[in-house]
Amino acid sequence: MKPLLQSETFVRIAAPLAVGVVLFGLWEIGCRLASIPVYLFPKPSDIFESLIHNGPSLLRALMVTLRVTLQAFAAAVVIGTLVAFMFVQSRAIEVSLFPYAVLLQVTPVVAIAPLIIILVKNTQLSLTICATLVALFPIISNTTLGLRSVDPGLANYFRMNRAGRLKTLIKLRIPGALPYFFGGLRISSGLALIGAVVAEFVAGTGGRSSGLAYEILDAGFTLDIPRMFAALFLITLAGIGLFGAMVVLSRLALSDWHESEIGAET
Amino acid sequence: MNVLTPGEPFNVSPDRITAGGDRPPAVEVLSAEKVFSNGTRGLAPIDLSIADGEFLTLIGPSGCGKSTLLKLIANLIEPSDGRLLWWRGEFAQVGQDGRRFAFVFQEPTLMPWARVDANVRLPLELADVANAKAAPAVAEAIERVGLSKFTRHFPRQLSGGMKMRVSIARALVTNPNLLLMDEPFGALDEFTRNNLDADLIKLWWERKLTTVFVTHSIYEAVFLSTRIIVMAANPGRIFRTMTIDAPQPRDEGFRDSAQFAAYCRELSTWLAEASLPSAPGAAP
Repeated sequence: MKPLLQSETFVRIAAPLAVGVVLFGLWEIGCRLASIPVYLFPKPSDIFESLIHNGPSLLRALMVTLRVTLQAFAAAVVIGTLVAFMFVQSRAIEVSLFPYAVLLQVTPVVAIAPLIIILVKNTQLSLTICATLVALFPIISNTTLGLRSVDPGLANYFRMNRAGRLKTLIKLRIPGALPYFFGGLRISSGLALIGAVVAEFVAGTGGRSSGLAYEILDAGFTLDIPRMFAALFLITLAGIGLFGAMVVLSRLALSDWHESEIGAET
Repeated sequence: MNVLTPGEPFNVSPDRITAGGDRPPAVEVLSAEKVFSNGTRGLAPIDLSIADGEFLTLIGPSGCGKSTLLKLIANLIEPSDGRLLWWRGEFAQVGQDGRRFAFVFQEPTLMPWARVDANVRLPLELADVANAKAAPAVAEAIERVGLSKFTRHFPRQLSGGMKMRVSIARALVTNPNLLLMDEPFGALDEFTRNNLDADLIKLWWERKLTTVFVTHSIYEAVFLSTRIIVMAANPGRIFRTMTIDAPQPRDEGFRDSAQFAAYCRELSTWLAEASLPSAPGAAP
């Protein structure tokens, strides 16, 4: 058995963890030494205390935000993939629709969120729509790129064997696009969370939300700064969780063959 | 066996080869020429008959149109003028029993996400052959190229030569009647190339599989072929034809023979002549 420090997995987990512990320690000590008041900048211990104290309500808020995020993410994946399939079927479709996809991407969600929240009565639905709009573009662009990035030799081979469009799509384009698609998933999962939180902020100012962003807003109104940080902490945690899930998914799908997921040992 | 005497003309009319067989030629190129869309004359009108069972090699300086000719034969491109016949029929009939061909590219062009057996099965899958029915043919093709132990490997786990073997197995799995190979071993080191050449000629001999082979290597051409077409450029055309009259099946011993060396020397001289700008038949 190898010494623990030489094991790559151990170092990969332990090193960032150690950095985190040191940072939190410095933060705690700094706040104590300078005796910064809690309502200005809370110590990690205050945040932790608030996390426990407000646990049930924060957890409920987390669930609300996660639900919006996951719904939006799922919608973005389905819609984005379908749009990408459409784009690769015909250049004309892509040329005429792609500028609108870009338009969607460059319009800040904060700017359209109020409109959508007014138009759509159901809060949950309106938030999901906002977050979907944010998360959609990476899926479209990455999947389109992937479906187009076919090895020309293989494409030639399929043509020579008189493979039809559907067969070429299923057997050649889709497997070849997977690495790009998973790259899109990683970006999009994070964006879905950002979109959900931003939309909640907009909705929250009208008092029509109950997610983590609303908790932050509410804590701000009551100057409960530790609760603000606690909510922020949960948002970060959710983001890391999503990203991690995407990494695992991509590894499961690609580790057999794609360079990006093949470890140094092979 | 034909013993080579110095000064004997190698240049044999293609008729002598085709006339011997009682089966129809695999491919007939009838005054086919190729002018590219930018006006370049890729191929002057070419007449060529590829006999059933022969191993024909196209060789020549770059730009001589050997790959273009191969693509015409594979119907990957259409001739600007003239026509081609496959087994005395139109291309539409190609693909039926006894009229199948397979193409091996310079690159192995394997699907990186598929294991060796799935890669070899691909042409059958594209032809809607059920997996269970395809399995014996796939196993046999893999066995023929000596990769039975690597059936479940991914392409990235194989060496360049092994990948090429997979590519050849994929070509053999459809049981083709004509094998077209475009510089298949050009990117491999010489040792691997010699090995593959030896296996290829064995395969050809066992199956009498009509093969059209494009290469840059003089040694490879002489070792493998029953007939070599030397091509010249500007415009691409057939310069001369050489028949390699060596006993079959050939093995590594052939490479060391005086006969082999004589053929190589002659072919080398021809290639040098074909590369001259003033070679006969060149455009003024």
